[in-house]
Amino acid sequence: MSAAHTEAHDHHDHRPSGIMRWLTTTNHKDIGTMYLIFSLTMFFVGGIMALAIRAELFQPGLQVVNPELFNSLTTLHALIMIFGAIMPGFVGFANWLIPMMIGAPDMALPRMNNWSFWILPFAFAMLLGSLFTVGGGPASGWTLYAPLSVQGGAGVDMTILSIHMMGISSVLGAINIIVTIMNMRAPGMNLMKMPLFVWTWLITAFLLIAAMPVLAGAVTMLLTDRHFGTAFFDPAGGGDPVLFQHIFWFFGHPEVYILILPAFGIVSQIVPTFSRKPLFGYDSMVFATAGIAFLSFIVWAHHMFTVGMPLAGELFFMYATMLIAVPTGVKVFNWVATMWRGSITLETPMLFALAVVFLFTIGGLSGLMLAIVPADFQYHDTYFVVAHFHYVLFAGSIMSMMGATYYWLPKWTGRMYNEGLGKTHFWLTTIFFNVTFFPQHFLGLAGMPRRIPDYSVQFTEFNIISSIGAFGLGLVQLLFVYIIIQAVRGKNEKATAQVWEGADGLEWTVDSPPPYHTFESPPTVK
Amino acid sequence: MSQMFCSARSLLRIAAVATALFPLSVYAEWGLNLPPPSSPIASQILDLHNAIMIVCLIIFVIVFGVMFYSLYAHRKSRGHEAHQFSHNSKLEVLWTVIPFFILVGLAIPSTATLLYMEDTTESDLTIKITGYQWKWQYEYLDHDISFFSNLSTPRAQIENREPKGEHYLLEVDKPMVMPSNRKVRFLITSNDVIHAWWIPKFGVKKDAIPGYINEFWTNVDSPGTYRGQCAELCGKDHGFMPVVAEVLSPEDFDAWAEENKPKQVASAAEMTVVETASAASPAASSEDVNREWTMDELMERGKTVYVQCIACHGPDGKGIPPTFPPLTGSEITTGPLDAHIDIVMNGKVNTTMQAFKQQLSDVDIASVITYERNAIGNSVGDLIQPSEIAARR
Repeated sequence: MSAAHTEAHDHHDHRPSGIMRWLTTTNHKDIGTMYLIFSLTMFFVGGIMALAIRAELFQPGLQVVNPELFNSLTTLHALIMIFGAIMPGFVGFANWLIPMMIGAPDMALPRMNNWSFWILPFAFAMLLGSLFTVGGGPASGWTLYAPLSVQGGAGVDMTILSIHMMGISSVLGAINIIVTIMNMRAPGMNLMKMPLFVWTWLITAFLLIAAMPVLAGAVTMLLTDRHFGTAFFDPAGGGDPVLFQHIFWFFGHPEVYILILPAFGIVSQIVPTFSRKPLFGYDSMVFATAGIAFLSFIVWAHHMFTVGMPLAGELFFMYATMLIAVPTGVKVFNWVATMWRGSITLETPMLFALAVVFLFTIGGLSGLMLAIVPADFQYHDTYFVVAHFHYVLFAGSIMSMMGATYYWLPKWTGRMYNEGLGKTHFWLTTIFFNVTFFPQHFLGLAGMPRRIPDYSVQFTEFNIISSIGAFGLGLVQLLFVYIIIQAVRGKNEKATAQVWEGADGLEWTVDSPPPYHTFESPPTVK
Repeated sequence: MSQMFCSARSLLRIAAVATALFPLSVYAEWGLNLPPPSSPIASQILDLHNAIMIVCLIIFVIVFGVMFYSLYAHRKSRGHEAHQFSHNSKLEVLWTVIPFFILVGLAIPSTATLLYMEDTTESDLTIKITGYQWKWQYEYLDHDISFFSNLSTPRAQIENREPKGEHYLLEVDKPMVMPSNRKVRFLITSNDVIHAWWIPKFGVKKDAIPGYINEFWTNVDSPGTYRGQCAELCGKDHGFMPVVAEVLSPEDFDAWAEENKPKQVASAAEMTVVETASAASPAASSEDVNREWTMDELMERGKTVYVQCIACHGPDGKGIPPTFPPLTGSEITTGPLDAHIDIVMNGKVNTTMQAFKQQLSDVDIASVITYERNAIGNSVGDLIQPSEIAARR
């Protein structure tokens, strides 16, 4: 312990400048910043792909992209948003905040931390590079279902290898987070005193370690099927195409919670602050998170009800999936109870947190509908599903990160953001989000399949509305970047250490901006 | 003008969305809900869907009613002081247990409907469906009838060179035919990648998976034309693979089946020749395969049959490498004739190249091979007679 302490002192203020600072940094704040910038960049790259998709779907007929490119765009949009925007975004918040929230000087494994970040730019350069190969990018959807994914050229192999790299990065990051939380809490910070954001990340990290290697296995089997003569998924060689789906979704469903649990953590930090009350039902929040994590491993086949499972399987996965509504409901009720009889103010972070609760619940309820097997036969692979998962992933994960950015940006930069612009960004994002995705529920129910570049004329009106919303939604995000840059450049009003009147937690006890190394001598938590 | 009409309709739709929280009948009228059901399965699903919708809406309104009341009444700007409570065991147990019982209430009718849907016994008729990239094959196991069903929307409409028809992308050259008021059992599989067969009004959607034969059934209330689409991403033309069912009264269906029974032709080999789905050769099987065809005849016919090849190999034969190789200047189309005939008739294992001997007549195969060797940038100069194809069957 004392050796580590001295070493930390030696590095103090001896960092290289310029690009070398960022390439070699082992500081959790620098790495957190890089993760967040990377995430925001990928958010725009994936967003531009989404806009190309929506442009094609603005009218029936083929106008903007051909069907092959369209399929690559839907595939890459999903992979980039999931692995490039949401996951690194949450890791960025974890890097910045977990050490500051538990009173640790840094992450437990700083050099590995540096490596797990720097893998990512290369992984995504390779993923995007697949677009320029003969045959184009991966076009089988992000789910990479065999045998479709066995077709296709080198772009698919590049995708597989980049998924391997993203997996390594995620698992290393998860190990780091677990080790940090388990070993580096300040004296007195026992597990049941940790902020909810730390708890949700601890559980998410375990999900990552359990789920990512499963995906690695699935894509490796795909790779050997493609090139080395195996027949894991080829019925002509005694293989089974459905096996791929089972393995993929055994990863894929926990992945869904990897993408949303940290968002729950963020909301659980923001709502108490602006209600000026402690979080209602802390213990049940922790147990509900753990319960969701456990259930996430036994519901995977609800993504594949139409593959023709035995009746007993369909019933089991339906019941198990419906059960998830219980702990999820507990969370929503707890947030509402936290607000109840509080002293509420509606700054931008609170507005985002409220929108997350409200819109995520719409996605949660449509998720419950999707769990009902007979009804799922109608919803499956339609725009109803597309609407559902954008309500949980955009309104849940992405908007929680926007709220978190407004919430902690003053802490990081030492400057307040422009509140008026922040609220404008919030309202425009929320309105355009709903204009984009709410009509997609109706499209799905009316019978529009997902992943099609062209559609029959009966779907035209709602697609027009959805495309208009999408372009608004995309454009408004430039405002978000402007607001961040404004705060980073230090033109705005100075932030206090406390920043928010109702804020509670160790990160609010250090200066804004915090020194390069915080908590070199651990605080005591009562 | 039509643009203006369009946007006026969009506005009406928005108004409909705004009122969607009110009576459920509004949904159907504005296409906001599942389509009106045409089978007992679809109507049970619709009831189930409406019931869950109502339960969800009630929960939603209560929870967010409380939240918005709190946001209104417990504001700091209204001078509300925070009460520092953070636990209430009774409440927490209640909001864990009550949702559980609501879920049980939803699970019971869902289970009943699922059991009903999964019971494929005592069917009156069995139709086998096979998915191909990108078409469907229907085989009537009780009647020895088999044919392919292709998208019939012209390319010109897709590429915006012609106005789009009423059933744009939801029309085929040869629809599946089935009787109304009969329990029809379907067996479904695939020849290449995974597809999914779906007609919303029937309330059934099932994946077509290579190596598997899945089962489902439906019983359609009344005759008519029903439309749906492939629902599982199956590659480039996934969006261009409609499902169309022509439902006839049982008597009309029997007459149709009788009429389409394969004719007892002289050659045993001819038995396997099914009536091609190609619009170019509506009466292919009755053509004289034994006469000598001229180059011009074959080329003219080949050009129309080549439409079947365009999806993968492109109108100009350039293909989409590496998945779909070019035909222009390739070893197959410019090399020995035998290899060319073999790959067209028997397909190529582990690729998407299908065996076309089941799909095309002798004349079609002979003419398309001749066409591929002497058009789309090739000029080998040889031709093949339909009789030679017949001899290879």
